[in-house]
Amino acid sequence: MKLPICLAILLFVAVSPAPTFANPVLNTFETTLPNGLRVIVKEDHRAPTVVHMIWYRAGSMDEKDGTSGVAHALEHLMFKGTKRLPSGEFNQRVAAAGGQDNAFTSYDYTAYFQIVPKAALPEMMQLEADRMVNLAFTPAEFASEIKVVMEERRLRTDDNPQAQVVEAARGAAFLAHPYRRPVIGWMNDLEHLTWQDAHYWYTQWYTPSNAYVVVVGDVDHAEVFRWAQKYYGVHKAHALPERKPQNEPEQKGWRRVSVKAPAKLPYLSMLWKVPRLSDVHKDRDPYALEVLAAILDGNDTSRLAKNLVRGARIAQSAGAGYDGTVRGEATFTVDGQPAEGRSVAELEAALRAEITRIQVAGITPEELSRVKIQLIAGQTYKRDSLMAQAMEIGGMEAVGLSWHDVDLLVDQLKGVTAAEVQAVAQKYFKDDALTIAVLDPQPMDAADPKPSANPAIKTLH
Amino acid sequence: MTTSIHLVVILGCRKLMTMKMHFVKTLFSFLALALFSAGATAGVKIEHWTTASGARVYFVETRGVPILDVQLDFAAGNAYSVPDKAGLPSLTRSLLEAGASDLDEEKLAERLTDTGAQLSGGVDNDRASVALRTLSAKPERDAALTLMHTVLSAPTFPQAALTREKERSIAAIREADTQPGAIVAKRFAAAIYPAHPYGVSATAESVAAITRQDLIDFYQQHYAAKHATISLIGDISRSEAEAIANQLSQALPAGGASVTLPPVTLPKSQTIKVAHPAAQSHVHIGLPAVRRGDADYFALLVGNYSLGGGGFASRLMKEVREKRGYAYSVSSYFYPQLLPGPFEINLQTKRSQVNDALKVVDDVLSSFMVQGPTAKELVAAKKNLVDGLALRLDSNAKLLGYLSTIGFYGLPLTYLDDFPARVNAVTISQVRDAFARHVPRDHLVTVVVATE
Repeated sequence: MKLPICLAILLFVAVSPAPTFANPVLNTFETTLPNGLRVIVKEDHRAPTVVHMIWYRAGSMDEKDGTSGVAHALEHLMFKGTKRLPSGEFNQRVAAAGGQDNAFTSYDYTAYFQIVPKAALPEMMQLEADRMVNLAFTPAEFASEIKVVMEERRLRTDDNPQAQVVEAARGAAFLAHPYRRPVIGWMNDLEHLTWQDAHYWYTQWYTPSNAYVVVVGDVDHAEVFRWAQKYYGVHKAHALPERKPQNEPEQKGWRRVSVKAPAKLPYLSMLWKVPRLSDVHKDRDPYALEVLAAILDGNDTSRLAKNLVRGARIAQSAGAGYDGTVRGEATFTVDGQPAEGRSVAELEAALRAEITRIQVAGITPEELSRVKIQLIAGQTYKRDSLMAQAMEIGGMEAVGLSWHDVDLLVDQLKGVTAAEVQAVAQKYFKDDALTIAVLDPQPMDAADPKPSANPAIKTLH
Repeated sequence: MTTSIHLVVILGCRKLMTMKMHFVKTLFSFLALALFSAGATAGVKIEHWTTASGARVYFVETRGVPILDVQLDFAAGNAYSVPDKAGLPSLTRSLLEAGASDLDEEKLAERLTDTGAQLSGGVDNDRASVALRTLSAKPERDAALTLMHTVLSAPTFPQAALTREKERSIAAIREADTQPGAIVAKRFAAAIYPAHPYGVSATAESVAAITRQDLIDFYQQHYAAKHATISLIGDISRSEAEAIANQLSQALPAGGASVTLPPVTLPKSQTIKVAHPAAQSHVHIGLPAVRRGDADYFALLVGNYSLGGGGFASRLMKEVREKRGYAYSVSSYFYPQLLPGPFEINLQTKRSQVNDALKVVDDVLSSFMVQGPTAKELVAAKKNLVDGLALRLDSNAKLLGYLSTIGFYGLPLTYLDDFPARVNAVTISQVRDAFARHVPRDHLVTVVVATE
């Protein structure tokens, strides 16, 4: 089930004696420090471990043209030294605690996390609080790390045909909105990014009032709040740059792009502009779009696999997805690879026909019921993972929603009717709001048709 | 869906990337390849018994979340394929879900989805897995287990579904043969396991040759209780686990005799270069190194942490990435299997600098082979491996991975309890000796895809 919305626990068995305030059903507690940093703690006492995350509301959508990729580059640089800690020490301290750490950057946010034995939590909070304000990477470290980022771009995008198609699709779909730029940045921007660009980004956005901490695991929330005040609470907040809306003007006609890359199978991505979730109480369409995505591609019985992969055998693969929990513009994507011997045009027609069928005939009660059954079960399965629970809370907060609303979201999804699903299919899937991107597979000209061991090359090992 | 995806082992954070998220740093993926215990393994109590039909059962009761995971592992991995029909084990596994008893493919999918359960599984060299995650409440659980039982005991292998899945497999193989990451993995396996089933990959021709009767025969031969381990973890009692294990194992085919795989021989040292237009060269360096249960395993595990397994604590990451910016991802790992599984160093780098990067890797490996880890590195490795155990066992999903591995490979039930002591006992000279025995440099194979 591809529900990006972070959801609550329904089939609930208490994991510990429920404390008495905040949200005892979710076992979740929240406080705000005087400097504006919010701290959200979810107690889960099944194992002596804890996830500690900090989320900054600064992602690639906050970048400017010419410095695309700076949010993500800074994320790499956050693992260098600080005024108090030598370079490399951060990772060493996490490793010495038996922990794992990582970070990720999206259009909307940048987040850092450590998974550690619970005794190490205060040290992790101390380390994370330190690099919130004391980061001190050198120009030499910047010069080396930006090469790593360029290698990452080559790996993820430049040598990945489908990723190139996705990049081209978003570039075509958005003219004004910053979602047109890839999170990792354009290669030419990376080549010209400077230490100053990265440092400026850090000084602008990394401040307690633009961040929140999420802790999930075997902890006492009151104790976590005290540590938060001790480590994070000492930092003063500063003002944030103004955020312009940068709303996308209405699209007035379909857009079509193609990408040539070495591959065998074509790939097709169709992207419609649709509303995002902004008011969890009053919105209806985002929930219906979520269910529509699941009807098309949410479980083993969903229509695209059933009708196009297994049934008509037009598609090698086919998928659909909607992510309504975003700060910017939401999109609904339908994509796939044609089966061998079938054309992209045939696949496109077949994918469109699936949307049309729902527009005309709607969906069955059985399909709707299956989506809801899997949704509800999925909420219980999610409780097996500390990380999934932390991501759920963090993802909600990142886009201006609240962890308090996770159970409401489930209720709203459960309330979606077949008629609402049919209505959103009719309302939003018009060609005027559509962008189509296609991979045009190229033969591997440079490839040796019969590669073989080359005796002229001396073995290096 | 009948796609078979999962490996029992998760290869790490960088694989979790979606188009929206950019994980920058490789999570300590290689650590997931090892088995760990929760230091004080308090709370992880493995119960073990054998069913009347011969299946070995491993059970952990956990009551925190109302869910149940059940996994059956059969000695039916890709190494057991019929000659010239590579891909048969994978197709057999995926076609289990294409129809069973009187349920066709669609009906089966509908029934399963209606229970809220998820059926998954996959195939690696050694094993074929069928896994079920279900809610533990009795109505849902019983319904889901009944369907799992049907899939395991009465697959129909419909010809139409087989024809379709063969076509999809062939298309996927042809597509993969254009992508540098897939090419390097395939060429590397073939080069380090010459003339051995571990080195054979499915081809368009080998898949085309597979018939419905092949699937039926393979299933009848290998999907037997005596070739199976059953792992259960979750919100059920011992007696409930026994009933489930009996129910599932009794229905399996009688099976043929156990198949012994041919021995692995060491390859000749060589460098293979494969042309490809990619911007980055993809590099694999390694050889067949260690089997599950080898006495040297802990020395290799601890040593490899400092060489290339410990993320930013490792020498490869420091020298290749941190100092020179040559790669986003560089690591080394041991992947023990029934027969000696690979030791492998992997990286990708801009093609114009691949020789420089290879030189750095060579220097790092050379000095590590001679000297082993420093005293300080050894302490750091042990600390991370031992203190980090708890967080590798903190969910049912993670525990299931270890449980099924212990069961399938017949590792001691005390493996998790013994783990800290075994790690802490490793010395520098043991690491050096173990590397000299298991990573003989005059047999190392290097494969570089996308280079001049």
